[in-house]
Amino acid sequence: MTFTIPIENGNGVKDAEADSQRTLYPYVTGTSVVAIKYKDGILMASDMGGSYGSTLRYKNIERMKAIGKHSLLGASGEISDFQEILRYLDELTLNDNMWDDGNSLGPKEVHNYLTRVMYNRRNKFNPLWNTLVLGGVKNGEKYLGMVSMIGVSFEDNHVATGFGNHLARPILRDEWREDLSFEEGVKLLEKCMRVLLYRDRSAINKLQIAKMTEEGVTVSEPYSLKTFWEFKAFTNPTVGAEGS
Amino acid sequence: MTKQHANWSPYDNNGGTCVAIAGSDYCVIAADTRMSTGYSILSRDYSKIHKLADKAVLSSSGFQADVKALQKVLKSRHLIYQHQHNKQMSCPAMAQLLSNTLYFKRFFPYYAFNVLGGLDEEGKGCVFTYDAVGSYERVGYGAQGSGSTLIMPFLDNQLKSPSPLLLPKQDSNTPLSEAEAVDLVKTVFASATERDIYTGDKLEIMILKADGIKTELMDLRKD
Repeated sequence: MTFTIPIENGNGVKDAEADSQRTLYPYVTGTSVVAIKYKDGILMASDMGGSYGSTLRYKNIERMKAIGKHSLLGASGEISDFQEILRYLDELTLNDNMWDDGNSLGPKEVHNYLTRVMYNRRNKFNPLWNTLVLGGVKNGEKYLGMVSMIGVSFEDNHVATGFGNHLARPILRDEWREDLSFEEGVKLLEKCMRVLLYRDRSAINKLQIAKMTEEGVTVSEPYSLKTFWEFKAFTNPTVGAEGS
Repeated sequence: MTKQHANWSPYDNNGGTCVAIAGSDYCVIAADTRMSTGYSILSRDYSKIHKLADKAVLSSSGFQADVKALQKVLKSRHLIYQHQHNKQMSCPAMAQLLSNTLYFKRFFPYYAFNVLGGLDEEGKGCVFTYDAVGSYERVGYGAQGSGSTLIMPFLDNQLKSPSPLLLPKQDSNTPLSEAEAVDLVKTVFASATERDIYTGDKLEIMILKADGIKTELMDLRKD
């Protein structure tokens, strides 16, 4: 389904320039984000790559950021739109702080705000080209949700964007448990990220893992995963196939 | 220069099936809890049923972001109604509001397929069925969503309701008891789950009666 909506300037004349103001395609994109709830809070992983089509243009992009005291936002998709969303959230948290009433925005509120922002941009046919993962802990309650570029949102015990939805979610559905320890959680995320590294063309072997607990957010230093390329399925992929 | 076309769609179908059955003094509203996109499952535990008023419960499938926005609009309109009239909206009143809200976006519709269930002013069960732009009708039972074509004919056959084609028009509530209706709903969803890939995971059933609302959860096939 494609849509064309004519834009008019004040004189009622269709303005071709206004058309160019809308997002039609993403340019610099980040790939999957994977996140899980664990015993003490939320764990989120993403790599640091920014692709410009098929070129790996940027290799040091932090796609996960702390929001306020209680939330962690991870984004895949257009990087500039992610930066725009961070500006919206800055304004939101600033206004929230200025009330100075001891209240602070929790992850549920931030997730709801982001869902409304994404949906409203979709209504104006000018979407923010991101799939966002929002995790956090407030008053002992863990929260993990996702919003897509057209405003579809939900919360669950584990979420993943893009390729992660196809490759990581099945692993998480099988191996995620309530009360994972920090080490078990990291191992599980690394297993997902390794599969993505092998099979997602736009993934790079430089990732960060962020931890969100009642105490606050810590984003790890970038590191790489050990990979093994000598699997028989890689070295000899056609063995046993018809005609090989 | 040719006009540039968008290469994204503002709509998506997140799947799922909703059913409602009206009885003599009860109403059963049921929906599965699967939320999908394309061939992927996003969540196995997403509720499609939303209580709007004491006697009106909405169940919607389709594009989830539109469904959520629609629910928010109706919820806030209901709150205003309560402030102005000092009482809850009746189910037929909510039915009209929903129709008007949908038609308001006639030229950029809410992609939501709704079934509204509840109790009317006389305490009898009532079900209203809608299309995406607000045309609605009071019926004795309804099904919407990806599994509706599998479910509706079976309900036609099994509910023993008076035919909607008879004249003079007869009230099409089912003469079945509450337990029989709930059993039928479970059967119908188990069947739809077998053949509809977008229906499954869990079944959420809400039973509305004069003294309150009961909720039941049942497992469905997860494949």
